[in-house]
Parts: sequence; structure tokens; C-alpha cells
Amino acid sequence: MIRFDDVAVQYPRAAAEALAGVSLECHRSALTAVVGPNGSGKSSLVRALIGRVRLARGAIVVDGAPAATMDRAALARRVAVVTQREELAFPLLVSEYVALGRYPHLGLWHAAGTEDTRAVQDAMTGAGIAELHDRRVDALSGGELQRVRLARALAQGGEALVLDEPTAFLDIGHEMAVFELLHRLARDGRAVLLVSHQLNLVARFADHMVLLHHGRVVAAGPPSDVMRADVLEPVYDWPLVVTRDPAVGAPALLPLRSR
Amino acid sequence: MSVLRWTALVLALLLAALVAISVGAMSISPSDIWKAISGGPESVPVLVVRTLRLPRVALATLVGAGLGMSGAALQGTMRNPLAEPYLLGVSGGAAVGAVVATMLGFGTAFVPLAAFAGSIVAVLAAFFVAHTAGSRGDPRVLLMAGVVVGAFANAAIMVVLANAEPNIVRNALWWMMGSVAEGSWPQIAVLLGYLVAGGGVLVVIANQIDVLSLGEESAAALGLDVDRAIQRVFILSSLIAAATVAAAGLIGFVGLVVPHLVRAGGVRRSRPLLVGSAIVGATLVVLADLLGRILRPPAELPLGAVTALIGVPFFLSKLRRLV
Repeated sequence: MIRFDDVAVQYPRAAAEALAGVSLECHRSALTAVVGPNGSGKSSLVRALIGRVRLARGAIVVDGAPAATMDRAALARRVAVVTQREELAFPLLVSEYVALGRYPHLGLWHAAGTEDTRAVQDAMTGAGIAELHDRRVDALSGGELQRVRLARALAQGGEALVLDEPTAFLDIGHEMAVFELLHRLARDGRAVLLVSHQLNLVARFADHMVLLHHGRVVAAGPPSDVMRADVLEPVYDWPLVVTRDPAVGAPALLPLRSR
Repeated sequence: MSVLRWTALVLALLLAALVAISVGAMSISPSDIWKAISGGPESVPVLVVRTLRLPRVALATLVGAGLGMSGAALQGTMRNPLAEPYLLGVSGGAAVGAVVATMLGFGTAFVPLAAFAGSIVAVLAAFFVAHTAGSRGDPRVLLMAGVVVGAFANAAIMVVLANAEPNIVRNALWWMMGSVAEGSWPQIAVLLGYLVAGGGVLVVIANQIDVLSLGEESAAALGLDVDRAIQRVFILSSLIAAATVAAAGLIGFVGLVVPHLVRAGGVRRSRPLLVGSAIVGATLVVLADLLGRILRPPAELPLGAVTALIGVPFFLSKLRRLV
């Protein structure tokens, strides 16, 4: 569904490339997770996908068509993206905020139809925030806000969902709820691309993991291939052991005390 | 916002306009106002309305509407509650144009044109500065570019005025304080054209302003061409602001405060915010001009000062609900 083909990105005045030829694929009905230390290029992948940074080389291909040549709204109708940060200067109600997800379907002047209203309602129900619909966005807790942002991406529709650290400010319960939701969306047929620092949860939920370091893919495959001490230790530059999650048997990482 | 509130806003504007037309050195009855508007026979009150009060109120309405809309569009796009229509150097550029035209001895008819040209040059300069800084669409860079261009314009004005004749300094200062007293129908028609065209496009692209208020990355993720959308809003808002400056000089505070007042009334989306800011801005400037005329007759207080004098306490009283 989404293919990054030898994607390279260099920011102005930066010495090194943020992405130095990354190739990865994100399929329908699968949860693909991109992990890596700070500054490894994870968010640059997302920025490249939405066209906020120019590719130095390579291409991002969505369903066989290069994203760079696609109409932006058409791309947004296929791929919904939840970016890492967002700060709303003037608060909207939750329902209004989620409804902005329909922008690529409506454009400038079309009024929201029954299909749009249903998409917004389904998205709010799906993200578990239906009861927040008349709250102001600036009155939400961090966890509620993240789920509201997720709801906006769900309202956007499309077959692919890309999320940049969607559980960054969430407690365990809300974090698990988001991972369960993403897992369910993938099972229902969507291509889910998740950027996350939560290696242990990713190892439990993802079908495919990609480990980035200095803008390059250093390991990729099922979680058992990536979640190995000999792979992760040099990348994170920290001693760690990988054990088995006692509940489900997934690989689990345990960082050790300082050397 | 409910239909009732919208109706109340429009009625408040109409009432303010009616009071502003009838109150002054000569009181004018509603029947004379009606005669003047409906093409009745000429009499002294009818002439006063047609040649003085009505153009004045019409100009105040349009200037207020333009500044309100311009401010609403810029605040949403920049995601900055302090954004205002004079941001991109519009005021500084216009002042330079007006001062230079006055210095060179051009007639008063030429001053608005020079002010308009000055503000357009300033906006273009701000875009050029932002462009050479490597960023066309980044609102923060555009903001800094606008501030820099404005500072340069202010310095230029000081240099020019420092050695000018006293009467030129006085004229220039008076112009910079803003006034709708000299409103003429051709001028009003030109401003109306800018307002309908520029404001109309802003209302059409209001959904884009809503999306932009989410931030550049989220807006791009929703399929918006962010850089072009930001530029479009900036150019339209600056054009409207420049047209108001050309017609009435510098009238501060309206573009800054009016969108906040409309938001405090429960308006959140950009389209109703733009329309509401036009109506409230118009009402505010009409009332400010009226106050400026009647507070110390026969002298007139500068309109730009009165808008701030009314706006600041009102703004402060609402501040708790704004944040």
C-alpha cells in the first residue's frame, strides 16, 4: 500500500542526511512499526510522506503511484496521518475538530453530507471519545486529546493510517487501548504504519518492525528478528537484555543499569 | 452562534450607524435620514446626511469590516492571538508612502494612493525577506520579516519627519492617527471593491484557515498545500488592510481585538468568525468615530486613539473568557 523506495532527505544546513536511503513497505491488513533512537529519522519519514520535506532521492509510492505527483487531497483521502505535535491556538469543540478530518473529502465549499456525518460519528465511537463530542479541545487531558486526534484521522477515512508516536503522553491503560485499536484496524484491512518508542508494545502488536539508525534501516522483519540484544544494543548505545514476555511470549526488552 | 445572536449583531451595527448619522453638531431626525437615503428633496439636513454623515459612516463601516476580517484571517492562519492586519509591514509601508507624498507636496487626493502603494511595497518586501531566508510559507518567518520591514519603515519616517516643516509633520501625524472624516463616495466604492473581492475569497477559503489552525504538518496531512494557502491568506488580508489604510489612515487595535470579541461570543469556525468580525469591526469603528466627534466638540479626537480607548477596557473585561 505505501512503499518507501530508497528515500533520502536532507534538511537545509544539516551536515548529514536525516534519511539516507530508506526502503520499507507497509501492507494492508498489517501493523508496521518504525522504531529507533531519537534523531534516527522516524519523523522525517512521516514528514516526507505528507510532503513537508523534499526528497533528495528516492520515492514514496502509494498504491503504485508516486505520492509526489498525486493530488494532495487524493493522497489525504487514502492515507490519514497523525503527526507528532500539534498545538491548537484557538480551541474547537471535539466534534468540530474531528469533522476537520473530512476536509480532503469536502474541499472548500461542499457542506458535510450524511456520509461525512456518519464517518465522524463512527470515528468518535471507534476511538472511544463519543462522550467527549461537546467538550472544548483545550479542556481535554493529554490522553483524551491523543484519542481525539486519532478520531480525526479515522474520520479522514482511507485505507492507510500513519501515526507518529501516538501514545507519547498516555498512561498504560490509554496506551494499551490505542495499541488494541490500531491492531484491530490492521486486522480489519487497513495498512497501519506506526512510529513509536514503545519497543515492548510494538513487539507484541506489530506484524513487521523496522529499526532505523542514523537515517538507515539497520534491521527489519518480524519482531523476533529485530528485538535482539545484539541488534538493539549498538543502536541505542545502552546495555540491555531481551527476554520473553511472560504473558504472551513476545520478545521483551529490559535495559540494564549503567555500565 | 444562534440566529438570534447574528440578528442582534446586525441590528447593533444598523443602530450604531443610525445613531452616528443622526448625532453631531446638527441633530438629524430619522425622517430626514430616510429622505436623504430614499432620494427625497434637498434640504440642509438631507445635504448634511448625503455629503457628510452617510459617507463618513459608510467609510467607518467598511474600514472596520475590513480590519476585522483581516485580523480574523491572520490570527487563524498564524495560530497567533496577537496577529493583526498591520503585521506584514502594511502600516509602516503605508505611513512611509503617505509621509513621502505629503513631503513632496502632492495634494491630499494623492496621499491614499501613495499609502496603498507603500503598504503593497512593504508586504512584497516582507515576502522577499522571508523568501531569501529560505522560507516562503513559514508564518513565523513571515512574521519576523513583517516586523523587520515595519521597523525599517518607522526609521525611514523618523528620518524624513525630523527635518520636515511643522505643518507637514502635523499633517503626517494626523493621517497616521486615522480618520474617516474625509470619506468620499469614489473612495468608498474602491474600498468596497477590495472588501467584497478580498473578503469574499477569504470567506470561500475559510475551511482552509480552519485546517491551517491545526498547524502546518497536520494541515499538510489533510491534503492542503500549506505554503500556498498561507501565502494566499497573507496576501488577501494585507490587501484588505492596505485598502483600509489608504482610505482612512492607521486605525489600530480593531483587527487585533475584534476577532477575540467574536470568539468570546462562542464562534469557533473561521467562516462565521470572518463574517462576525466584519460586523463587529464595523460597529466598533462606527461607534469610535461617533465618540471621537461628540466627546469634545467642535474638536475631533483621532479615530485610531478612540478605537484603542474603547477597545482596551472592553478587551480587558473579556480577557478571562478569551483565554
